[in-house]
Amino acid sequence: MALAIGCRAKPGKSRDNKTGSWRVFKPIFNHEKCSQCGLCQTICPEGCIHEEEEGFLNPDYTYCKGCGLCSEECPSEAIEMKQEEK
Amino acid sequence: MEITEGSHAVAEAVRLCRPQVIAAYPITPQTHIVEALADMVANCKLDADYITVDSEFSALSACLGASAAGSRTYSATTSQGLALMFEVCFNVAGMRLPIVMSITNRALGAPLSIWNDQQDSISLRDSGWIQFYAEDNQEATDLHIIAYRVAEDFSILLPAFVCFDGFILSHTYEPIDILSQEDVDKFLPKFTPYQRLDAADPISFGMYATPDYYLEFRYETDCALKRAKGVIQKVGKEFGTMFGRDYSALVEGYRLDDAETAIVAMGSICGTVKDAIDEMRDAGKKVGLLKIRVFRPFPDDEIAQALSKVQRVAVLDKDISLGSKGAVALEVRDALYKTGIPVKGYILGLGGRDVRKKDIKEIVSLVEKGIGDQFFGLRKELL
Amino acid sequence: MVDKAIELFDCGHRACGGCGAALAARLVMKGAGKNTIVVSATGCMEVFSTPYPETAWKVPWIHSLFENASAVASGIEASLKMQGREEKVVIMAGDGATFDIGMICISGAFERGHDFTYICYDNEAYMNTGIQRSGATPYDASTTTSPSGSCSFGNKLPKKDMPQILAAHGAPYVATASIAYPADLMQKIEKAVRTKGPCYVQVHAPCCTGWGFEGEQTIAIAKLAIETGLWVNYEMVDGKVSKVKKVVRKPVEEYLKTQKRFRHLFKPTRQDAEIAHIQSIADKNAEKYGIDIKLKKE
Repeated sequence: MALAIGCRAKPGKSRDNKTGSWRVFKPIFNHEKCSQCGLCQTICPEGCIHEEEEGFLNPDYTYCKGCGLCSEECPSEAIEMKQEEK
Repeated sequence: MEITEGSHAVAEAVRLCRPQVIAAYPITPQTHIVEALADMVANCKLDADYITVDSEFSALSACLGASAAGSRTYSATTSQGLALMFEVCFNVAGMRLPIVMSITNRALGAPLSIWNDQQDSISLRDSGWIQFYAEDNQEATDLHIIAYRVAEDFSILLPAFVCFDGFILSHTYEPIDILSQEDVDKFLPKFTPYQRLDAADPISFGMYATPDYYLEFRYETDCALKRAKGVIQKVGKEFGTMFGRDYSALVEGYRLDDAETAIVAMGSICGTVKDAIDEMRDAGKKVGLLKIRVFRPFPDDEIAQALSKVQRVAVLDKDISLGSKGAVALEVRDALYKTGIPVKGYILGLGGRDVRKKDIKEIVSLVEKGIGDQFFGLRKELL
Repeated sequence: MVDKAIELFDCGHRACGGCGAALAARLVMKGAGKNTIVVSATGCMEVFSTPYPETAWKVPWIHSLFENASAVASGIEASLKMQGREEKVVIMAGDGATFDIGMICISGAFERGHDFTYICYDNEAYMNTGIQRSGATPYDASTTTSPSGSCSFGNKLPKKDMPQILAAHGAPYVATASIAYPADLMQKIEKAVRTKGPCYVQVHAPCCTGWGFEGEQTIAIAKLAIETGLWVNYEMVDGKVSKVKKVVRKPVEEYLKTQKRFRHLFKPTRQDAEIAHIQSIADKNAEKYGIDIKLKKE
């Protein structure tokens, strides 16, 4: 790939860096407990929690670093951190 | 032809180039240029946003932003102001933004000196800017128009200094032919940025490079600067065809064809050297001048070719790389290395010390004796 | 209008897990919207979001140097004006770039009245270079250049009052915000971007690596800063404080003891005088901004 003049780039390329590989603990979303408030989605520093069918939320494990903020802040205690199996 | 102060003629040339954003901070002897431009904006003779910044550092930073956003931009500075811009200068070149800036060459402190030498711009020789040096105010004026064309060429995309000696040129009145707006518009098209900051087509500018990429970015910038030689030659010739003043040569010889001794110099001192050469020629001495108009990219091949037949070379440096030698002499020597022609350097005129015809003649007699690589014109009684 | 669903700061950036600044970037962009040009100062956020060619920014973005973001933004704003373009200019800079090295450019740009929003993500030290003290570092915080030691309790100097300094420049809108209150943060950004002239929003963004806590605690700690009165969320419109987040205050040690940077105040021996001094800083904040919710006595 030829260099871009002046060290510039168009959006999208950061997604090549799959930060999910950093994860030590994995958030497991329990949809039965989830109130669909969306707080986890708002506060995720990766922006990798997405709303799916029926309003439930799930993280994109390709990018989730496993920081645990969502689990810590979830008002319904619907997100559990589990040791990553590698 | 109008009898005009150098700074005002340059300001006129800048106006004709239609910069959309100007950011400048006052510093002697640059002030007459930026005052004149402010006056043009205040009187609707120039449709530009004039940012009265808090420092030279901010001046060039604001130009950087404006250029990235898609505007033709201009600034002017000298000496301490250029030193304060040091960090931004490297940045602008690495980011490949075609900003044009006038440098009214002045010494760098300490000691504080407002008078002329070329230490300021020469100290930025490694920054990636194209560097033009003008011998007189006509040349200074024309070179601004040429500088924009070269800088903005999509094969170059690098910033350019147009250097002309502080006070000696900037504050001197000379008859100058100032082009019409119509003519300049024909020569210099409306600014089209290669890329710009634009919400409709987002691009990240100024990312950082890891060791996997940095070397190649520096290489590409160096290649672009070297490519500028060809573009300057082409654009300079086109200027000559259109307006009768040809700037295609990066170096220009004066009575050099049969010269045994060549003097190499940059800037206004070339006028004095030419007068001295005429007198020496009248006295039967075969002396010529090689004027360097473009110091970056450095015209090494052009110098080697122009000086191939001389027996010796004296290089005049209005600068010094302290602890070493004059910057121009070092590079001329490098360009002539394969020829074996002896090159001697002379550090002179620093901080506004006058250089007269008799000084040039004395230097010629020194180089003939093989004496050089030294300061010239020191007041021995002070040492 | 704040568009909570819009994502303009992309996945794949290299911030630490639980990074307050990364969250700030996401939230700020939701408040600012896609018609925005972002100018970043050198710092953690710039570095974790833009190693060539992997940019995380989905809006036009530019970085030049550490100290010149507001001057670069001035030029961009001038250029947009000359071109008749409508994009908003938002600066994102850390506290080092804002409180210290960028001051001259900031002062000039605010005085000139450019139409931009300056956002300082304040993590209270130079995190990118390894947690050195800045003008935003709070009293007694241990950093690598203000370490606690046998004859030091850490940073001896108070935090500089940047919002007040910029309000004094005539900024029409100045606000403080915290990542712990995302809705408030996004609204303030939106208001700042909408307000003509140079606006300033200082966002408290705890740094797990620099302050010494686990990444999942970032929001809890940011919340404690507010609840103890060591960080006050307020707005200043035309220089007058207009909206303050009120709290039932907790003692400062509840905040201090969560972070390694204040550990020397508790171990090996508890430093009552120092903790009392920090409590007095919170008390002064509470009085100055009127943050205390008065509970009715029985």
